[in-house]
Amino acid sequence: MRIGLFATCLGDTLFPEAVRSTAVLLARLGHEVVFPPDQTCCGQMHVNTGYQREPVPLVRNFAEQFGDASIEAVVMPSGSCAGSVRHQHEIIAARYGDAALRSGVATVKAKTYELSELLVDVLGVTQVGAYFPHRVTYHPTCHSLRMLRVGEKPLKLLRAVEAIDLVELPEADSCCGFGGTFAVKNAETSTAMLQDKMRNVCGTGADVCTAGDSSCLMHIGGGLSRIRSGTRTLHLAQILGSTRTTPYPLTEAAR
Amino acid sequence: MSTFLGMPAPPPRSPYGTGNLRGDRTFPAAAHDELRNGQLRRNLGKATRTIRGKRLHVTGELPDWEALRDAGSAIKTDTMNRLPELLEQLERNVTERGGTVHWARDGDEANEIVARLVRATGSSDVIKVKSMATQETGLNEHLESLGITPHETDLAELIVQLAHDRPSHILVPAIHRNRDEIRQIFLDEIPGVDPRLDNVPAHLAAAARAYLREKFMTTRVAVSGANFGIAETGTLSVVESEGNGRMCLTLPDTLITVMGIEKVLPRYQDLEVFLQLLPRSSTGERMNPYTSLWTGVTPGDGPQDFHLVLLDNGRTAALADTIGRAALNCIRCSACLNVCPVYERAGGHAYGSTYPGPIGAVLTPQLAGMHAAKDDPNSSLPYASSLCGACFDACPVKIDIPSMLVELRHQNTEQSGTTAEKLAMKAAAAVMGRPKLYTAAQKAAALGRVVGGRDGTLSHLPAPFSGWSDSRDTPAPPKRSFRAWLASAEGAATMRAAAEEGARHGDDHQEEK
Repeated sequence: MRIGLFATCLGDTLFPEAVRSTAVLLARLGHEVVFPPDQTCCGQMHVNTGYQREPVPLVRNFAEQFGDASIEAVVMPSGSCAGSVRHQHEIIAARYGDAALRSGVATVKAKTYELSELLVDVLGVTQVGAYFPHRVTYHPTCHSLRMLRVGEKPLKLLRAVEAIDLVELPEADSCCGFGGTFAVKNAETSTAMLQDKMRNVCGTGADVCTAGDSSCLMHIGGGLSRIRSGTRTLHLAQILGSTRTTPYPLTEAAR
Repeated sequence: MSTFLGMPAPPPRSPYGTGNLRGDRTFPAAAHDELRNGQLRRNLGKATRTIRGKRLHVTGELPDWEALRDAGSAIKTDTMNRLPELLEQLERNVTERGGTVHWARDGDEANEIVARLVRATGSSDVIKVKSMATQETGLNEHLESLGITPHETDLAELIVQLAHDRPSHILVPAIHRNRDEIRQIFLDEIPGVDPRLDNVPAHLAAAARAYLREKFMTTRVAVSGANFGIAETGTLSVVESEGNGRMCLTLPDTLITVMGIEKVLPRYQDLEVFLQLLPRSSTGERMNPYTSLWTGVTPGDGPQDFHLVLLDNGRTAALADTIGRAALNCIRCSACLNVCPVYERAGGHAYGSTYPGPIGAVLTPQLAGMHAAKDDPNSSLPYASSLCGACFDACPVKIDIPSMLVELRHQNTEQSGTTAEKLAMKAAAAVMGRPKLYTAAQKAAALGRVVGGRDGTLSHLPAPFSGWSDSRDTPAPPKRSFRAWLASAEGAATMRAAAEEGARHGDDHQEEK
């Protein structure tokens, strides 16, 4: 399959390893990965902070970059960016766009997937040949869980990983407190939520807390690093991208 | 005669400075204090966790729960689409059955109507059924200012009233109090209470019961809210758990019901949907203990003087908003409060309004506005959410609260003029909208590595990010962005090797077939 990879602005700039793992994983599974070079950002931060005029060029650019009919599916290692493309772009286009944008947005929305959706629903694989001999707990990010309804898909993929010790995260479905600019505007309430999430993560004794969103992982990981918990965060793609021949070199997190 | 009908204007919000639809501080400022209250955090955490479990149990056992939610949503949407005709039908039927209907355009008008009706009876006391509408209008304060004493009869509402406190939850107004605090409040405030009163819940309830029983037997006027008003029959309904409502609705001579105009339902049969949705969503019970229904006046039985006050107070303004109007579908079950991670930490008082939690964050700004004064605290409410979506899943009438919060944030930025944040957002969009500029900015960001500590993290960030960095490390930008890696020789070689492995994998797959 010819798959368009959207790196997301956060992934491209701050967490390139997660995007790299996504690209390599899909290539390793026999798919053609294309990276439209002029892609930038989906505009989610703008929309969720209340700005709908400003991201119009971003929404247009996304639709143009991935609109090409030869791209059969668009994938991104982020549930919230996929949610933005699928649920918010049409709102922006309807309000501040033109007919061309509305049509472009509708076309690209229909073929946009978060990583676990693409693997399980579109490509029909749960066994991706991964090897990860560590204790892992999985945090389902809110937009994956309740906006995209990815359900068990990430867990199916993780359970099929060779040598993994997958442990359940208590109160997994409660928000980690990130919420984009929420963590800045309401930093203290966000911190209170983060503390409960970290308590649950640390209670599992996991080496790694994983999720499908680098943004939530930046939040949880930033907190875990600050308290020197010994648990680190890795994107789901990095675990699925770890193989027996090229295992992920897990370094000890600071305690 | 003048033919000039006036200039078209949007419907009015609840007037500034009236009622209880606005706090005196922004949400983050109020939450700052509430978050430090360990007792509150423990009470709220325990109470919301318990009620969440109960709700999931009784909603999960119904095979048609999702269909019920759809039906509830459809009936409410239909109601809002023809609210004027349904209200007039309700008025006709209440009047025909011996009741009197009053129209109040705002909270102050409603308060004045109620006060006038109470005075006409000559009574200096009223007993009250727990009511969100009269809390919203500040009726108790108004009556007290006129020398009329309102007595709250719902146990939790009584606790709040005796403590000179404010409710912090729609359904469980004293959720922020534990039994030791309640014992002390009773000892301090209930005249003649047994000084040996302990903190056993049954004993506390008995003390309240003895106090309230005397009020029920001696007070001739009651004020209630309404959960539902049926247009087709003129029937009003209150659902409750303690039986105090039944007392207030049946014993006095005069009953005054204050109902928000959005509480009307078209048909009597619609109750079959809402009497399933409401108790399961609110208290996690299959059925609430008391459901009272009354229609006008029944000679020789119950109150012989019945008044219905229909309250607008910004509801028509909300109705005029194509997206926001869905907030009027709310049946005040409080399921969204109990599942909200922000409410659970910050508590109800942080919202500053009668309506806290996720529904309050969308309803309050619509009823009372977000820009009624400089730095209006209500403009902070739509941001009091991480947009986690738990409220939408829990809502029995499927109100898409997260989308509404995003919409209200947009309305706020549109009305806020030029702010530092807006300029930053414009600048960010300008960079991200130009791929070459974006790539250059990434390279510049990578230079941020030099400010990273030894472990490659940033532990202190300047305002407005200092709140973030108080409890979170931020990774310094990596040496190379993904796109730079992909364009590099290393990236090309890695992708080529993966593709070759993929091709082999594909061949193996072919052979297996």
